[in-house]
Amino acid sequence: MRKFSFVFILGLILLWGCTDDNPSGPDADDFDREEILVNWADNIILPAFESFSTTTGELKTAGENFTANPNQQTLENFRQAWRSSYLAWQHVSMFEIGMPLENDIKLREYLNTYPVSANQNSPSPDQTIQKNIETGDYNLALPSLRDTQGFPALDYLLNGLAESDDEILEHYTVDEKAEEYKKYLNDLVDRMNHLTVQVLNYWKSGYRDEFVSNTGNGANASLDMMVNDYIYYYEKVLRAGKVGNPAGVFSPTPLPDRIEAYYSKGFSKDLFLEALDATQNFFNGKHFGSQEQGESLASYLDYLNTMKEGADLTELINNQFEAARNQAENLNPNFALQVETDNTQMLATYDELQKNVVLLKVDMVQALNVNITYQDADGD
Amino acid sequence: MSIESTIQEYFRKTANAAPLAVFRIFFGILMLISIIRFAANGWIHKLYIEPDFFFSYYGFEWVQPIGEWTYLIFIICGLSAIFVSIGYKYRVAIVVFFLSFTYIELMDKTTYLNHYYFISILSFLMIFLPAHAYYSVDAWKNESLRAQEVPAWTTDSVKLLLGIVYFYAGLAKLNSDWLFRAMPLQIWLPANYSLPILGDLLQQTWVHYAFSWAGALYDLTIPFLLLMRRTRLFAFVLVVVFHAMTRVLFPIGMFPYIMIVSALIFFGPKLHNTILDWISRFFKIQKERFDNAKSYLFSSTATRKATIGLLSLFFLAQLLIPFRYLLYPGELFWTEEGFRFSWRVMLMEKAGYANFKVVDSDSGQSFYVDNTEFLTRFQEKQMAAQPDFILEYAHHLEDHYQQKGIENPGIYVESYVALNGRRSRPYVDPKTDLTEIEPSLKHRTWILPFDDEIKGL
Repeated sequence: MRKFSFVFILGLILLWGCTDDNPSGPDADDFDREEILVNWADNIILPAFESFSTTTGELKTAGENFTANPNQQTLENFRQAWRSSYLAWQHVSMFEIGMPLENDIKLREYLNTYPVSANQNSPSPDQTIQKNIETGDYNLALPSLRDTQGFPALDYLLNGLAESDDEILEHYTVDEKAEEYKKYLNDLVDRMNHLTVQVLNYWKSGYRDEFVSNTGNGANASLDMMVNDYIYYYEKVLRAGKVGNPAGVFSPTPLPDRIEAYYSKGFSKDLFLEALDATQNFFNGKHFGSQEQGESLASYLDYLNTMKEGADLTELINNQFEAARNQAENLNPNFALQVETDNTQMLATYDELQKNVVLLKVDMVQALNVNITYQDADGD
Repeated sequence: MSIESTIQEYFRKTANAAPLAVFRIFFGILMLISIIRFAANGWIHKLYIEPDFFFSYYGFEWVQPIGEWTYLIFIICGLSAIFVSIGYKYRVAIVVFFLSFTYIELMDKTTYLNHYYFISILSFLMIFLPAHAYYSVDAWKNESLRAQEVPAWTTDSVKLLLGIVYFYAGLAKLNSDWLFRAMPLQIWLPANYSLPILGDLLQQTWVHYAFSWAGALYDLTIPFLLLMRRTRLFAFVLVVVFHAMTRVLFPIGMFPYIMIVSALIFFGPKLHNTILDWISRFFKIQKERFDNAKSYLFSSTATRKATIGLLSLFFLAQLLIPFRYLLYPGELFWTEEGFRFSWRVMLMEKAGYANFKVVDSDSGQSFYVDNTEFLTRFQEKQMAAQPDFILEYAHHLEDHYQQKGIENPGIYVESYVALNGRRSRPYVDPKTDLTEIEPSLKHRTWILPFDDEIKGL
């Protein structure tokens, strides 16, 4: 009897003892997964956010200069700052983790929700940019106002108010609501910069270490969360948002006004290609703004592959990124025009992007043994 | 002596009632903890209230969550577990537990787990066992119920069920993927790299094979090792170690604890009486009051015969159901025809992707569906790799788009599935209009061939 109690109690201690979330032990095996997290944080995420926050700062200055003295030159400068910042944005858009939770910042939703709700002709005429300007009564922190701010709202205000630049400038000079227009512009760039700086500071003031040390596996481990975010981004934001939606993949007819940067007429392709590069660079662990490469999904898959002697998944995925890029080269710089004139090219680009969804979401996820869900439910 | 009289004799044999009573007490407590844990994790809301659509088992489409009232089902289930544990109004309590627990499981197929099924059928079995004849509130109050001895077959039936679960789980592991490719452990184990000591070992291929073979051997032999007196203690150590391992390596919830505690029933009454002594001392319960040396009697011979008859059928079904896959052609792991309810535990790493296309048959226009509009990520994941989910979802889409004004929607799916480390390959025939196919238990001809073979049971 005593022997039995001993075994039983020993067993229970063993069982409970082992189920604590132990800190990671020293990794002696030939692949150190923490290196992936370090590379992502130090060589991709942080530099990309640094670079992006510089552009939002410049955007804010350009906005202030423009509203102080609205003319053709300051407008052009403002547009230029907007384009640079929008391109830089494509390198951070995929990172959803590391948002300071207490302020409920969802950067992507506040900075790049499109199509915008511009005026009374929009699908939701109750809350539009025009209405915000006219009433002066708006709280941009409200989730319901996400489609009246960020890059797409600036796109509308800088490029979409009228056909010619002179007419656009009139809104900021002779219009009776000119002051309100200018205030709104400043509020927008202010908020964009403010939110970005908050996220960057959050990463710099501790989250980086938290992210890097959260190794292990499970739905809440950094690697699992990042892979989930990454695939979600690829599928929803890049594939569907930038190409699939305007091409009418998810609707009975094409929707050319769903493209990114609709009003600038000719910037959507640049934004898409930039985002495609950023997505592939992340997969390969390529450092931000450099040719150097570190540990990432690609090298991890190679490591696992040598264990399983399967197909070379890294190569397949990279080839598919290339195929999508090559197909997209044929597209008109203005995706809306492309959809309206020859949508088959747009659909062909979508198809190439789609093939990588299968490789990323099925083959890669299986190989990495990542939970493709935030549900930390029990398994068998 | 004829076989018949041997059987007769066996069914007349009695055994000390303590093991069954201890089993009842622990079962109730563990079920209560499971329910509380489930609620505390926020899973009731996340799994049964948040989603707009729920996947039903064939024939149980009427079992649906009832909005906020779903919490009530869980409360009822938890309360009945307490009643089972203390043995108060036991028969009613265990029936209520079985019904509420099973209702919860039937609400959404997405959450299917073999061990939930195990709890359902175990609680069904317990309805017919006199687990309240000893050391229960019922027996305390009711002298005619009180009995220190119960028919031996009642305790044995719990052992038999446990034995079936283990042995069949072992049989299912006798396949080429498990034994000769160390799949899916070869995918799962390396992910535990951050465990101290074990983390590095789990990267080694030989460890994957060792775990696979040891796991199969364990499942096949453990019921017998627990049955034999000489190996019992050793077997119990194995049970604890094995389930501790699974607890550490996989997100497996309460199941390891349930199996460890259940295995206690294989021990003799001495142990169980000691446990009851401890409890008695702690709660100041007069255990002697139950020790009346009487044997439990069924209310009538007819009841006794009916119970034995029913449970015989129950066990016959348990022995046959796992083999129903033999009625279907094709690779079981690929088509999953007859996969569930068969103790096929941890056998598959299956990932899928399903992209649905809606075609307006009248105008010829078509578009793809955003699955996240209808399903949670968890549901989408389960749906993408299981054909019955895909079909049910397709019919849901048909209804949805009919309401939206498309009179004759055709629903097609482009789907890919990767199984146990193989490359992903097309799954459902993309040329099949799924609205033309009615859900049934018949062989599914619309699944593309696997083009590989997994040998074994």
